Amino acid sequence: MASHDCPHCPPPTPPDDRRSFLAKAAAIIIGGALAITAPVAGLFVFLDPLRRKSDSGGAVLVASLNALPENGEPRKFSVLATRVDAWNRSPNVPIGAVYLQRVGDKVRALNVVCPHAGCFVDYRSAKNHFFCPCHNSSFALDGQVQDPKSPSPRGLDDLVVEIRNGTEVWVKFQNFRAGTHDKIPV
Amino acid sequence: MKAFFDWADQRTGYKKLVHETLYENVPGGARWRYVWGSTLAFCFSIQVITGLALWVAYSAGSQTAWESVYYIQHEMWGGWFLRGLHHYTAQAMTVLLVFHLMQVVIDGAYKAPREINFWSGVVLLLLVLALSLTGYLLPWDQKGFWATKVATSIAAITPFIGPELQKLVVGGSDYGHHTLTRFFALHAGVIPGVIIAFIVAHIYLFRRHGLTPKEPRRRPDAAFWPDQVLRDAVACLAVLLVVVFFIIRYRGAELGAPADASEQFSAARPEWYFLFLFQLLKYFPGGTEIWGAIVIPALLMGVLIAMPFVGKWKLGHRFNLGFLWAMLAGVGLLTYLARTEDAASPEFILAVHSAERDAARVIVLAQSPDGIPTAGAVTLLRNDALTQGPKLFAKNCASCHRYDGHDGLGSQPKDKISASDLKGFASREWIAGLLDPARVDSLHYFGGAKQKTGKMVKFVKEDIAEFDAAQKAQLQKLIIGLSAEAGLKAQSAADTRDAVVIAEGRKLVSSTAMNCTDCHKFHAAGTEDPSAPDLTGYGSREWLLAFISDPSHARFYGERNDRMPAYGPDKILTAAEIGLVTDWLRGEWYEPKADPLPNLIPPPRRASSN
Ligand code: FES
Repeated sequence: MASHDCPHCPPPTPPDDRRSFLAKAAAIIIGGALAITAPVAGLFVFLDPLRRKSDSGGAVLVASLNALPENGEPRKFSVLATRVDAWNRSPNVPIGAVYLQRVGDKVRALNVVCPHAGCFVDYRSAKNHFFCPCHNSSFALDGQVQDPKSPSPRGLDDLVVEIRNGTEVWVKFQNFRAGTHDKIPV
Repeated sequence: MKAFFDWADQRTGYKKLVHETLYENVPGGARWRYVWGSTLAFCFSIQVITGLALWVAYSAGSQTAWESVYYIQHEMWGGWFLRGLHHYTAQAMTVLLVFHLMQVVIDGAYKAPREINFWSGVVLLLLVLALSLTGYLLPWDQKGFWATKVATSIAAITPFIGPELQKLVVGGSDYGHHTLTRFFALHAGVIPGVIIAFIVAHIYLFRRHGLTPKEPRRRPDAAFWPDQVLRDAVACLAVLLVVVFFIIRYRGAELGAPADASEQFSAARPEWYFLFLFQLLKYFPGGTEIWGAIVIPALLMGVLIAMPFVGKWKLGHRFNLGFLWAMLAGVGLLTYLARTEDAASPEFILAVHSAERDAARVIVLAQSPDGIPTAGAVTLLRNDALTQGPKLFAKNCASCHRYDGHDGLGSQPKDKISASDLKGFASREWIAGLLDPARVDSLHYFGGAKQKTGKMVKFVKEDIAEFDAAQKAQLQKLIIGLSAEAGLKAQSAADTRDAVVIAEGRKLVSSTAMNCTDCHKFHAAGTEDPSAPDLTGYGSREWLLAFISDPSHARFYGERNDRMPAYGPDKILTAAEIGLVTDWLRGEWYEPKADPLPNLIPPPRRASSN
């Protein structure tokens, strides 16, 4: 209730300037401290993902060389590895997929993720190229952007491949940031 | 009673509030064009209530989100209706927001002194769109997963803070538990909280300045109650009826197959009212994406926000109207283009079909006696022969073989058929065709393979062709006997029925009269040095597993093997994968016994609604 509603109360005294300043300052400081504690506590947890790195570990055995057609046609393979999802560790589960193809006696591995905005790129055998079903980026077999009107800022991301023991295709699986000209690992 | 109300009024002043609410002046009397705000408030309240009810049963986590939504949709009482109500009311809200915006701009209700109210409305529009975007991911199905990936990838190109922003939204560098917990916190906590604050401000300001009357006023001023209230109620009822119509028509909201980052999903599309943005991105070639994704939408928003200022200028209102219509036309056109482009793409249509097939299949598996394992429903499809068999066949077998004339998935492979069509392999019909002189060297059987010039084809074309009636009758029995070796599920009833014929048939396979054992082995009968595949257990799971694993094994073709690779020893397929193809070829996969008990569970879903 405002003081004028109270007939028995004494009229408010005009504040003493110095005392009033101190009171205001103290109120603001205490109030500020009260106000920021909870948000700051929350902010730490909220910002925690910034320090999380993708667990792109070492190379993974993806396929046998025998599984790749001699004519160099790309084949899609899941990449099985240990997936860490916050508190869960799941060994031997798909963490992504790659297109593998023979190039001479080497193997090329392309990440299936479109560098434009992350869709799963499709291999279309009729046209013998990769095509993104989202915004129609097209890529040549070597991963380079085919149609210059493609929205993708770069070609498909190729991954480091190693052939071990003659027939084992090992791939260093990684994801890269979408939408940038350069290949930046995430 | 009156005494109680008076007592309460003295302490709260509620009567004045009720009076102000109901007797708010409506200049020019009640009109239909004023109903939009109320319909939106109504929809929002539905969303809050249905949202809380869904929350009671929803669990945000990569192994629980889809699973809990499945449970709501298919197992809980009326869950499909609840989800449908939430889903379609969200869509209704977007449409109503556009109507409300149109009405405000056309009536000039954005002008002084209502600028701040107009801006709060624009903010509400954006917040509702944000609700929709975050809600799309929560069921953690393929569609929501892939469509949202596009949205969060776009967040990463925001200047300066892009990559950090993306990490904060996604909750790390990959999609997972924390993506869901974050999206859920935004969707169910943060955004609705902010919306409520803005709605309070919006309604407060609306009451402060009153309605913007549409001129000319056709009738004298009137109170809000009862005429306008009635109109508002009728409009809300109409909205509700439309929503219920969609729920019933489409059996609630769609639920796709569980999200799987390693499973191709070419049918990824955002919710229909974001399609224009999706389409817009197609027109910005590499490196210029930021224009379509951020700059142009931001500029359009800028013009919208500037409307109150532009409106002061003499032609300002005309400009604003023109801008609004142009923007809506542009959005409509882009949406239309996105739709027609998809409808004209055979690949897209195929992708939608396979998405629907997977979605329906995973429900069947989830409802099987084994249920959903703790590793999540995503493993159900990964281990399902009916789902994986055709994919593995298309990838590994269809460059030579066919399945019912196609590659297993319904497409035509690039290479011509050059080995048998395996639909119904080892069934009576299939073997009958193989032993038919007219068909054995057709492309359906050995016509495209090395065996075309082999002894088997010769035997069928020369010897069997000469069979008399009695021999032909014996051949029938032989076919039935041999086919019983496979123990096919589809033939189990016939095999039980024909036990006597089967016994006779088996004897015939072993007999010298039929000449099978000249080249083949069959149980104890047959040559020591067979030159053709062992027929013992022909087409059984064990036989087919071993055959696919290594057709060049002495038990099968040995050195006479044509081009078929040794999928096992050459490590082309894993043992589990060979098992999946085998089971699929043999028609061996989980099928529900009979219809589940009739209850509130909706029938399998239909074609996509949007
Ligand atoms: S995500 Fe591939 S073109 Fe946009």
